[in-house]
Amino acid sequence: MRLTPTLKAAAAVAVLLAATACGSSDTGSSASTGLNPPDLKAQSKLGKTEGQVNLIAWAGYVEDGSNDPKVDWVSDFEKQTGCQVNSKVAASSDEMVKLMKTGQYDAVSASGDASLRLIASGDAAPVNTALVPNYKNVFSGLKKGAWNSVDGQMYGIPHGRGANLLMYNTQKVSPAPTSWSAVFDDASAHKGHVTAYDSPIYIADAALYLKSARPELKIKDPYALDQKQFDAAVALLKKQSANVGEYWSDYLKEISAFKSGDSVVGTTWQVIANLTADEGAKVKAFVPEEGSTGWSDTWMVSAKAKHPNCAYKWMDWIISPKVNAQVAEYFGEAPANSEACAYTSDKSFCDTFHATDESYWKNVAFWNTPIEQCLDGRTDVKCVPYAKWVQAWTEIKG
Amino acid sequence: MTSLPQTAGRSPVRRLAGTLHRRPRLRLSLLLTAPLLWLAVLYLGSLAVLFVSAFWTTNSFTSEVVKVWSADNFHQLLTTPVYRQVILRSVGVALAVTLLCAVIAFPVAFYTARIAKPERRPLLVVAILTPLWASYLVKVYAWRLILSQDGLADWALKPLGLSGPGYGLTAAVIALTYLWLPYMILPIHTALEQLPANLLDASADLGARAGRTFRSVVLPMVLPSVAAGSVFTFSLSLGDYITVQIVGGKTQLIGNVVYSNIELNLPMAAALGTVPVVVIVVYLLAMRRTGALSSL
Amino acid sequence: MQLSRPARIALRAAAGLGFAFIYVPLALVLVNSFNRDRSASWPPSGLTLHWWSVARENEGARAALWVSVKAGLGATAIALVLGTLIAFAVARHRFFGRDTVSFVVVLPIALPGIVTGIALNSAFSTVLEPLGVGLGMFTVIVGHATFCIVVVFNNVVARLRRTSGTYEEAAMDLGADTFRVFVDVTFPLVRSALLAGGLLAFALSFDEIVVTTFTAGPGIQTLPIWIFDNMTRPRQAPVVNVVAAVLVLLSVIPIYAAQRLSADTATSSRI
Repeated sequence: MRLTPTLKAAAAVAVLLAATACGSSDTGSSASTGLNPPDLKAQSKLGKTEGQVNLIAWAGYVEDGSNDPKVDWVSDFEKQTGCQVNSKVAASSDEMVKLMKTGQYDAVSASGDASLRLIASGDAAPVNTALVPNYKNVFSGLKKGAWNSVDGQMYGIPHGRGANLLMYNTQKVSPAPTSWSAVFDDASAHKGHVTAYDSPIYIADAALYLKSARPELKIKDPYALDQKQFDAAVALLKKQSANVGEYWSDYLKEISAFKSGDSVVGTTWQVIANLTADEGAKVKAFVPEEGSTGWSDTWMVSAKAKHPNCAYKWMDWIISPKVNAQVAEYFGEAPANSEACAYTSDKSFCDTFHATDESYWKNVAFWNTPIEQCLDGRTDVKCVPYAKWVQAWTEIKG
Repeated sequence: MTSLPQTAGRSPVRRLAGTLHRRPRLRLSLLLTAPLLWLAVLYLGSLAVLFVSAFWTTNSFTSEVVKVWSADNFHQLLTTPVYRQVILRSVGVALAVTLLCAVIAFPVAFYTARIAKPERRPLLVVAILTPLWASYLVKVYAWRLILSQDGLADWALKPLGLSGPGYGLTAAVIALTYLWLPYMILPIHTALEQLPANLLDASADLGARAGRTFRSVVLPMVLPSVAAGSVFTFSLSLGDYITVQIVGGKTQLIGNVVYSNIELNLPMAAALGTVPVVVIVVYLLAMRRTGALSSL
Repeated sequence: MQLSRPARIALRAAAGLGFAFIYVPLALVLVNSFNRDRSASWPPSGLTLHWWSVARENEGARAALWVSVKAGLGATAIALVLGTLIAFAVARHRFFGRDTVSFVVVLPIALPGIVTGIALNSAFSTVLEPLGVGLGMFTVIVGHATFCIVVVFNNVVARLRRTSGTYEEAAMDLGADTFRVFVDVTFPLVRSALLAGGLLAFALSFDEIVVTTFTAGPGIQTLPIWIFDNMTRPRQAPVVNVVAAVLVLLSVIPIYAAQRLSADTATSSRI
């Protein structure tokens, strides 16, 4: 999520207010909500590596060659550091949060809709970026974001980013859409063949559209919606639902739907758009005029990590230029390390994914966790917290 | 030499055997202790804890469970219209799948148990069981492919001027029927195979035509097995959430709603989870009256 | 039963349709493993053996297969012991709550996997974690065994009901003790039922995904979980099709062998 410095400061204040307001979560007070990071200390220096590390990751982030012998950046890590990697693939941000709570894992590649929750609950520890040499080359747009830091303290190491694009079938959708209205107000033109990302966080996409389509709602940040704004977004999505053929949550589902023509217009990720086009489907994907939402993943260390030194080694490894290029290319996202672009096997890769184009990312509102204290700095209203988003999402799907 | 059997007779093993034989209660408790510990303590215990947690709440931001007693979750469950809809839809899907399974399974089982040549029957049972070994997910994705636009279903139905159902509720019912069908065929097959031939002959001798024999002899003896199979088709369909995600379009069933709440709001997930549990327990109790549970 | 010719033909046709319904999707899986495209489509744009050779080199699938086999064997072993014990108690004894026992046995498989999964998950994490035991292979086996008990129980109890206790009594009259009777008389009687029940238990565990998701710890990846992870990776989907095709082909062997081994086909399999 992009915030102006003023807004960032305001958000930080709000966060602090929340922190003082609700005390320690251990007391079990139920009424208060809000960002309440327990006072955890970042590691000051690295000790001896522990011989293994347990990771939670998105599919494709931790590849040891077992799925494809050519795709392997774990074996070298294991050889160099002596840290044996055990990984668990999570299917959703919610699952990541849940797994981190078990305390069995050392690090997680959390997206913005999970990271704040992990910080607030004290499951993620602050990160001492001085112990991660490659951090200095991370794009500035990814540092100290509202989704991965609190009050200037980083809680993780940025891994990569991507925008949620609008994809359409060039043969069946004409004229070519320029606005998100293609999936909202004008969705009925393709009734039954519209698709959308299957997650409560998708409500932010509707809010982003309303931000320009209905300026009287005064939406500033799609992740900070008061009740009225939220209701408008939900109403829009309920209307959209009548035209939706299916919601997608994994690559395969969306690729096959666009290929067969079951879906002709809807949100996508760059990598899915590329693969769908590779499969011979006539599709195009772009950032519409309203801008878009997006995701940025951050490697976070568990506060209960049993192998913290290996976890730090891993974070440095995964954003080292060569490995970051490899994982970004395999997963299909813009790398976090500015030097990674020199190592991609496809020389146009970074251009395709707009890795170095900071102005492109200015139009992208990265996923964040909605909380009661409005993230856009408003203090006169309460915003709708994520738990309510989840419930609303169930109702939208019906 | 001669004393050997005697010493054997007094051996500890033999004495233990004797004790066990004389004391059936002891034997029974030895038989039941381990399994009951497993099922009652481990399984039912876990379930009980989960359902107690349905009365707790969560911190809406950190999703930590807050152990404060409240019936809010159940209140929400009963008053939110979308939950009611989803529950009714799920029960409807489970019933539809069960009915479809029974309709498809009966002729298949009748053929494999009574019409096919006896030496072929073992092979046919293998044929019924084989799909159980193919991965659940792969089978569902196969159905996704069949039902996709211009997929196998559209392709096959085109000459008839029809088209496939596409993704949605119907697709979910078809895919679930496919998945659980073997669980319905097998018990019916077993029941039909055990049907004494002389009973059928007697019915025929008494002048009953095939239709009458079917209604008055075959059906009553097979019904408990249909009920037994339905326990599987009904309950497995009611709890499923993966199939509907893959072929169900935007359909939500009770499993999906439980799943979407697990990480963020475990107490709510537990409250929602009580619904299929109650429905299934009621269903099982009803089926038990038909003798289904003993012919599973 | 004397069926008229038309009735026979109708039944044959209906059964044929039923088998077609069962096998068309499986055939599609097989055909798809030769499909040239990365994400399947109908009809295939071309056929290739490429994915088979890719799959042969796939260590992840092989490792996952091995994990699944181990979990399946562990769960089946536990289910065989517990299921048989309950079957003997229910079939050979009368006691208060006997009906309840056979009811409780069915519950783990009848209740939704997702409910069983989260219940076991939270129980494991509250009870085991303080002891320093995390989720892992052990918890997967425990979870699987819980819902596998019922198939062993059903097979064995059905066999015991059909063979009354008279054989055992006769053996006892001839001087055999309880254990001797079990080894020489009872066990041979239930052997094929154990085999059928064990095989089904293994199949259930082998294809289980929901409970596994909630009970597997880091690094434990059973074949269904591997398939689930890889299904959602476009580069891997064709390999998954090959793995599935291999599973279908291989599965015929154990089932057929079991059918051959159990002389008494009447109770070949009870679910």
